[in-house]
Amino acid sequence: MAGKTLYDKLWDAHLVTQREDGSALLYIDRQIIHEVTSPQAFEGLRLAGRKPWHSGANVATLDHNVPTTPYNSADDIADDTSRIQVQTLQDNTREFDILEFGIGDPRQGIVHVMAPEQGAVLPGMTVVCGDSHTSTNGALACLAHGIGTSEVEHVLATQCLITSKMKNMLVQVDGELGPGVTAKDIVLHVIGRIGTAGGTGHAIEFAGSAIRGLSMEGRMTICNMSIEAGARAGMVAVDDTTIDYVRGRPFAPEGDLWDRAVEYWRTLHSDADAHFDRVVEIRAQDIRPQVSWGTSPEMVVPVDGTLPDPAEEPDEVKRSGMERAYEYMNLEPGMKVADIPLDRVFIGSCTNARIEDLRAAAKVVRGHRVAESIKQAMVVPGSGLVKRQAEQEGLDRVFMEAGFEWREPGCSMCLAMNADRLGPGERCASTSNRNFEGRQGAGGRTHLVSPALAAAAAVAGHFVDVRELNEAVTEEVH
Amino acid sequence: MEAFTTHTGVVAPLDKANVDTDQIIPKQFLKSIKRTGFGPNLFDQWRYRDEGEPGQDHSRRPLNPDFVLNQPRYQGASVLLARQNFGCGSSREHAPWALVDYGFRAIIAPSFADIFYNNCFKNGLLPIVLAEATVNELFRAVEANEGYRITVDLPNQTLTLPDGGAIPFEVDAFRKYCLENGLDDIGLTLQQADAIRAYEQRRAECEPWVFGELTEQQ
Repeated sequence: MAGKTLYDKLWDAHLVTQREDGSALLYIDRQIIHEVTSPQAFEGLRLAGRKPWHSGANVATLDHNVPTTPYNSADDIADDTSRIQVQTLQDNTREFDILEFGIGDPRQGIVHVMAPEQGAVLPGMTVVCGDSHTSTNGALACLAHGIGTSEVEHVLATQCLITSKMKNMLVQVDGELGPGVTAKDIVLHVIGRIGTAGGTGHAIEFAGSAIRGLSMEGRMTICNMSIEAGARAGMVAVDDTTIDYVRGRPFAPEGDLWDRAVEYWRTLHSDADAHFDRVVEIRAQDIRPQVSWGTSPEMVVPVDGTLPDPAEEPDEVKRSGMERAYEYMNLEPGMKVADIPLDRVFIGSCTNARIEDLRAAAKVVRGHRVAESIKQAMVVPGSGLVKRQAEQEGLDRVFMEAGFEWREPGCSMCLAMNADRLGPGERCASTSNRNFEGRQGAGGRTHLVSPALAAAAAVAGHFVDVRELNEAVTEEVH
Repeated sequence: MEAFTTHTGVVAPLDKANVDTDQIIPKQFLKSIKRTGFGPNLFDQWRYRDEGEPGQDHSRRPLNPDFVLNQPRYQGASVLLARQNFGCGSSREHAPWALVDYGFRAIIAPSFADIFYNNCFKNGLLPIVLAEATVNELFRAVEANEGYRITVDLPNQTLTLPDGGAIPFEVDAFRKYCLENGLDDIGLTLQQADAIRAYEQRRAECEPWVFGELTEQQ
């Protein structure tokens, strides 16, 4: 009998009942809740007269809708509908006795930054949230994925999901990453290779020496964007990096329980003879720093490359998608990536707003100024604790001295539900995860990049390979 | 949830691949705390020429006459014909809420994004996967024949075309059962409460740390 994949192990460990028709009742260890996709779920509970199955298995915070300029209470939120949603979460978590990191709490932040940071998510757990980037948490060897609001209600009421097993996919990245190549570049490269539907119906395990070599923050960036490859869940096996990350977190086990947990967590990897339905092998040295040019995360090119020609795309549906993307983005095939003019730079989001991301960006920015042609460059830390840590390291000063705005934590311009958004036609270098039409504001144009590349673009005023930044800035001056 | 057995309706063709949930219902409308009222903002960025905001009088907004749902021949459409990877991106259930509120009961595409596909079934909206070649033929037929209507028969898992032709489709047995009966699946799951408790006891013995309470007293 073939061995088990990591996903097989997580699935088997959480199976409550398996139906003959293929559907199953799967136990959910942890639910993360935010203000946008939960109000209707709590309302459903109230209407049916139901209570949460286990209030203490849930944790809530505010992220999608909150301002990133200083505010002290919900009353300071100018937009009526946003304020009502924030207040509704507060009311619901009080009524149903659920822990919430609310306004002013240093632990408040983007759900997928907060949960691992608090140790609310631990290896081996099943984790859900009404947010597609829940896959982020798979970096801790969890089965973590997004769900809809009806399922949020279902998990609140039953601590289970009715679901069916996905297929297994392995993305193996071996070898040494080139200089300036980051986790973000790996995942954008993978999406460019397999497409935005490449992982549909699959759980992706990311493995190989290049993945092993990444920090937990880097692994989270990669698992975060599994959904952009079509896979609801992405995951990485447990190793020392995982254990070291979890140790000492507020909700991590301690003492004997910690030792028992670690012993179990060390089994959370795919067996050598495990079967994967699909395997994608990538050589790390083939990956160059990536920039998305179009309106789908699969439309990526290397930073030193040129934009592709739709005429060379054999698939008719894809070709028309590319043509439409060129129209929306106001770009031309054959153009150099370095010649794309930029208006704004956004460093933040559940993909790239952890301390390591801010350090990487600050390292590039240090000693430089944001180019005059850039209207706005902003840094939005992923949580209050990330912000505090960055300030202790002096990163806030590096950014502000260079001309960046240093903001309060939240989702911000990744999806532009709050006041942070692009104007029509504005073009942004963004460390977020989606470059869909209007994602960062109606008519806005998004280019997805790593934090280092976003920082370099802010300084140079256009896209530039981080390694060539000093050269590029000197040219501008002379 | 409204039960689904058979449905006959006009088909509207949306000839774009990778239609994401940000296009189906843009973010500014997610601030609602209700499940209803999203229909007027379905495909807002494509449907109107101005920038949509919550609480607008939609009857006064300038329509984009080129957008398929604004064309007279597709008024009252209740079956959406789409391209591959429909519903990709965000997990927002507001997407199926908006489609249902607009009047759609079924969507036909060569493939759907996983989370969106799942969300449809919770809202009485039937996503139907057909082979790409079949979808291509349907696009041709719908565009060539004004008032093209099809009948979706869930119990028999077939689509009936105006010329009498029938196309079979697959659907997961449990989802079909819930949809046909308009069932609240929370009620169904709670019938297995004993099995869930037994599972929790078993697991708490080997992984007790999983069941620690998330509270301020930690």
